[in-house]
Amino acid sequence: MNPTGFFEQVQRAWAIAKKDIRIYYFKGPVLIFGVFMPVFLFLAFFMGSRQLPLSFLISGLIGMTLFFTATAVSPAIFPWEGAAKTLERLASCPITVEAIVMGDMIASILFGIGITVVTVIIGMALGLFLLHGITLLSAIFLAACCFSAIGMLLAVPPTNVPSNIMMLSSLIKFPLVFISGIFVPLEQMPAWGLALSVCSPLTYFTDLVRYSFTDAHYFPVWIDIAALAVFTLVFTVGTMYLHKRTMPQRM
Amino acid sequence: MTAVIHASDLTKVFGSSTAVDHVSFDVRKGEIFGFLGPNGAGKTTTTRMLTGVIPPDAGTATILGHDIRSEPVLAKQGFGVVPETSNAYTDLTAWQNLMLMGELYGLKRARAERRSSDLLGMVGLLERKDQKVQAYSKGMKQRLILSMALIHEPELLFLDEPTSGLDVQSTQMILSLLRDLNRQGTTIFLTTHNMEEANRLCHRVGIIRSGMLVAIDAPEKLKTAIDRVHRIEVSFDREVSGDTLAGIAGVSGVNRTGDKWQITAENRDTAIRSLVAFGKQNGAAIVSLNTLAPSLDEAFLRLTQEEKS
Repeated sequence: MNPTGFFEQVQRAWAIAKKDIRIYYFKGPVLIFGVFMPVFLFLAFFMGSRQLPLSFLISGLIGMTLFFTATAVSPAIFPWEGAAKTLERLASCPITVEAIVMGDMIASILFGIGITVVTVIIGMALGLFLLHGITLLSAIFLAACCFSAIGMLLAVPPTNVPSNIMMLSSLIKFPLVFISGIFVPLEQMPAWGLALSVCSPLTYFTDLVRYSFTDAHYFPVWIDIAALAVFTLVFTVGTMYLHKRTMPQRM
Repeated sequence: MTAVIHASDLTKVFGSSTAVDHVSFDVRKGEIFGFLGPNGAGKTTTTRMLTGVIPPDAGTATILGHDIRSEPVLAKQGFGVVPETSNAYTDLTAWQNLMLMGELYGLKRARAERRSSDLLGMVGLLERKDQKVQAYSKGMKQRLILSMALIHEPELLFLDEPTSGLDVQSTQMILSLLRDLNRQGTTIFLTTHNMEEANRLCHRVGIIRSGMLVAIDAPEKLKTAIDRVHRIEVSFDREVSGDTLAGIAGVSGVNRTGDKWQITAENRDTAIRSLVAFGKQNGAAIVSLNTLAPSLDEAFLRLTQEEKS
């Protein structure tokens, strides 16, 4: 066994992910920010926007659900573990910081995918017809990776107070929801809004979800996928690099 | 003997304060090395640098032949850590904590299960293995932490104040386990405040003060090294004169304490031989004879307070 080998470290990352699933999925802040918040936000919007078609609303809900769920678990883990001193235990174990981050991301990705799939099933039960299933599945997987990396990036500031990170996370997540074509279709956005929306990975995911259900899209599908892939890569590499630098400051 | 830990000029600075200042030492294979010092002296910071939890600002540490900064995973694979604060996952059961550790050290599931059962049995927690750790007492948590550190049968074990605040039963169990582990070949690096513990357990101790290593030696040698003048307490079965005692070879001072004489001498061996000869020549049988070496406590206090005086 070579403990530094890639596959060995991936196995150890999976051990971290299993631990996160057992511990963090049912923590109050994760459920509030990851599940209840998008549901109530959607319901408020649904009540006040009866003129919009169901396919638009459900696509928005799916986009919002994945975004909120996949970014709910990952930012909380490092501060929680820093406060409980369990991060110190991990730091003294033969696992790289990159593998710890990957493990946390896997837990976050699975949480996001699991709840989003439920939302998709609800949408289909309400009468939506899925036109491009493979595109939707690929988009959900890619976006879950991307959003979970965003969640990990939000946890980079070396504080061990989870509520600080949750506040910072809300401060960044809410504006992104409003500029990503969830509540206002991209076609109806002013030029400045559109300029902002191209900077948000959520825009491309929402566009792909709409395409999967209605065949309509703003950007070409390949652009949406390529943009999500680039965002995922940049955020993942960035979060691993930054956590490696800030982790000793949490001890 | 091979050095299992080789620390060279380890330095850590926090803001304007130097927590650890160019500390260098070796820990040999198979020994129990005690790292002593008052609060804030730099013990925990040194341990954290050696275990790769925080990086040193200067200097190097080689653990089991691997540099802790350039080959951290290889170095960490060979040791286990029992930190100062219990850090098992309280939302998991003892069994789940051990399984997690098994996976993080790359153990096959069957071996991890076997080791976990053995270790939990050894520390008396097997019956409560499926209980969440949050319901455990401090002593139980500490025993679990020790089991977690031993899951992969490490060659080297770091312990930071392992018995601090524990009840007598847990303390004795942990100390007995450490002795057994050491007999089986595990090298132990132990930080402690407890001089008696260090005295009874450690082959060598290092004393750190204000971030600097001020002494490193076997406990007995440290105790005697701090006193250049030795003290011997002797009593005879009949009255002897203090002036006569003061005149014998090797004795530099005499002081009466109750029915005993306290002798000061520069060379303990010469003084004892002279006292025995004196008793024979004067028909005075020796009732008791004790060498009054300073305790490790005294050595520790002397070494850690020299700066203040």
